Amino acid sequence: MSPSAVPRPDDAQAPLIAASDLHTWFELRQWGFLRLGAVRAVDGVDFTLAHGEAVAFVGESGCGKSSLARTLLGLHRPTRGEVRFAGRSLGELKGRALKAYRAEVGYVQQDPYGALPPFLDVRRLLAEPLIVHGVRDRAERERRIRAALEEVRLSPAEEYLGKFPHMLSGGQQQRVVIARALILAPRLVIADEPVSMLDASVRVEILELLRHIQCERGLTLAFITHDLSTVRHYAERIFVMYAGRVVESAPVDDLLDHPQHPYTQALLAAIADPDAANATRLREVPAGEPPSLLHPPAACRFHPRCPHFMAGVCDRHDPPDFEPRRRHRSACWLHR
Amino acid sequence: MMGGRWGEGLRELRRYPSALMGLAIIAALVAISFYTVVAIPYSEALAQWRGGEVWQRNPVNAAPVWLDRLAGGGAPRTQVVTSAEAEVEESAFTGGRRLRIPLAFDYEAEQFPSELTLFLHARGHDQRPFVRLLWQTPDGREVPLGGYRIGAEERISLSQDRALERRLGGLVPHIGLLAEPGMTAERAAEAAPSVLPGRYTLLMDVLLFDEAARVDAELVLYGRVHGLAGTDHQRRDLSLALLWGTPVALAFGLLAAVGTTVTTLVIAAVGVWYRGWVDATIQRLTEVNMILPILPILVMVGTLYSTSIWLMLGVVVVLGIFSASIKMYRAMLLPIREAPYIEAARAYGASNARIVLRYLIPRILPVLIPTFVTLIPTFVFLEASLAVLGLGDPLLPTWGKVLNDAQSQSALYNGYYYWVVSPAVLLMLTGLGFAMLGFALDRVFNPRLRSL
Repeated sequence: MSPSAVPRPDDAQAPLIAASDLHTWFELRQWGFLRLGAVRAVDGVDFTLAHGEAVAFVGESGCGKSSLARTLLGLHRPTRGEVRFAGRSLGELKGRALKAYRAEVGYVQQDPYGALPPFLDVRRLLAEPLIVHGVRDRAERERRIRAALEEVRLSPAEEYLGKFPHMLSGGQQQRVVIARALILAPRLVIADEPVSMLDASVRVEILELLRHIQCERGLTLAFITHDLSTVRHYAERIFVMYAGRVVESAPVDDLLDHPQHPYTQALLAAIADPDAANATRLREVPAGEPPSLLHPPAACRFHPRCPHFMAGVCDRHDPPDFEPRRRHRSACWLHR
Repeated sequence: MMGGRWGEGLRELRRYPSALMGLAIIAALVAISFYTVVAIPYSEALAQWRGGEVWQRNPVNAAPVWLDRLAGGGAPRTQVVTSAEAEVEESAFTGGRRLRIPLAFDYEAEQFPSELTLFLHARGHDQRPFVRLLWQTPDGREVPLGGYRIGAEERISLSQDRALERRLGGLVPHIGLLAEPGMTAERAAEAAPSVLPGRYTLLMDVLLFDEAARVDAELVLYGRVHGLAGTDHQRRDLSLALLWGTPVALAFGLLAAVGTTVTTLVIAAVGVWYRGWVDATIQRLTEVNMILPILPILVMVGTLYSTSIWLMLGVVVVLGIFSASIKMYRAMLLPIREAPYIEAARAYGASNARIVLRYLIPRILPVLIPTFVTLIPTFVFLEASLAVLGLGDPLLPTWGKVLNDAQSQSALYNGYYYWVVSPAVLLMLTGLGFAMLGFALDRVFNPRLRSL
């Protein structure tokens, strides 16, 4: 049975995965017991992803995107809050159920070469997830491996089966990584900066491939990226993250055309635009550094860099999610 | 599965002559081991090495034959003359029979034998037979050697017959009986006595008093050289120990190296993977173990308990488990722990055991192979050192035991160089073979050396 033929529940709008009040903090300790503080990588995130939806989490380096991805994958235990997948809380999953969850979620990493064990050939490294999940029949494994390679357009599969990762190009490596993420027929794929380490020439191909597979299989796809310029083509909804929090979320066109949060506006202003007029125009870039996650600014995390800073408000009270436009949420006191 | 990478490495190995040399030496040692184990079964080797009867016909402390060849020859090999080949004349007398057994032989060597012994073997008698001996030289002299009443097994050591020695002018019988006529101890001090070559006969006059009685005789002229490896102070053929030492050394080295490498590697990987108190415990145990002196502990175990080679092997492996190499493996594994492919493996649900055994350890194996290969001879040397210290296996013939015997018999002082040199050369060859292969493997598998 081909994985893409698995019938999906017809509840396209029912949430597949939801995070509520999600916190992932990393405690810093000295000598194993002296608590020095905590890095607040994910600091109160709420969202809901529907079946078959493609979303992007966007933000600067160090804003907690990757920690969020790992928390969703169950690699980090949330400090507070919970992740619910298909109605079950991730924190309650143990043993078999947790393993089953791991088959439901595929993971595409940033560095394709590092993501592949260098001492295994393609056949063997694609067989690993199947072996782990108890596919004992060798012929069945071989069939699924070939199908996965064909699906990521590495065909004919024979040509790649016996190759070691170092014999493949960056793009081919990333295709193998995607094939491995798909081989267990997951319902959710989390792609953490899937193209940032690839050549510009193959980026589009890989993004197209992911989008194509997502549509074909009806997957839920969560991109983690720092690149707002390409997001429009590959995601339906965008979450903008800043200092461990989601500051703005909206359907992709609405967000890009009508950014509401000052941080999103600054990000969009910073996108390189190949226009001759830009050569002489000075851009406004948010001043200051990305905030420390060990001692984040009080209240609104963006207030030290914000051009619309309102003293006594932004530095006193956490902004709640306002909805200035339909399905467009922004956590900023400007919308009060 | 990993065939590609390993196959590639092994093909590259052919580019290093030292690797081929090392492989040839190791192959030779392995071939010797197989031959030995098949040709001389374990129990037989132990029984023979215990000594006694089996070696009676061997000379004491004889050099290897090839050594004499190098020196120009002239040293005699052992010569055995038996009554079975002699023309026996039989005559009857009242109350018994009389046998005349001429034990004739040609002596052509330049040097004298090292010892002269007559073995007599009598059967079927009630009353003990009587033997009278007469020595006949090529130039017609006759030397009576006296008469003996013999039992079932009689060993007449002519060399130790003091009375005979006096009659021969103070010359030891095995020299005096074969020397040029007129030679005495005083003259021997001025010019070394030389052999009178030719046909000698030991004429035995045997009186048997029973109908069924029989006597067999064997005259042994012990040589000064013996076999490929010579003999030791107990007449044992050293080639037995040198041959059997090979499989014992290889097995000990290999088992100890495998035992310590595998256990340390797994323990280091477990510590790296689980971190926290597991890692801390392993590190503290290692640090304590690192300052424990291994040789004194082995000496203590050997002195107080047993010096069985298998017990020693066990102690070596146990002390080697938390050895300093854990620190090295840990340093190599720590960065791999954070590799994205490990994270990917966790994400698709690989168990901890699978990650440690299938993803962490294989990654550093190529770098470990050379270390492992060079580790083998260090354990071979350790076993030899223990044996030299007198803590060798009490039963097994090993290279170290040969060295130990040589030392206790002051082999070098007495000029028995072969006794020390041959086991030492074998030990060095073992070290050399594994080291040459190991260094070449290091070049092939160690990425840091590869670019050079």
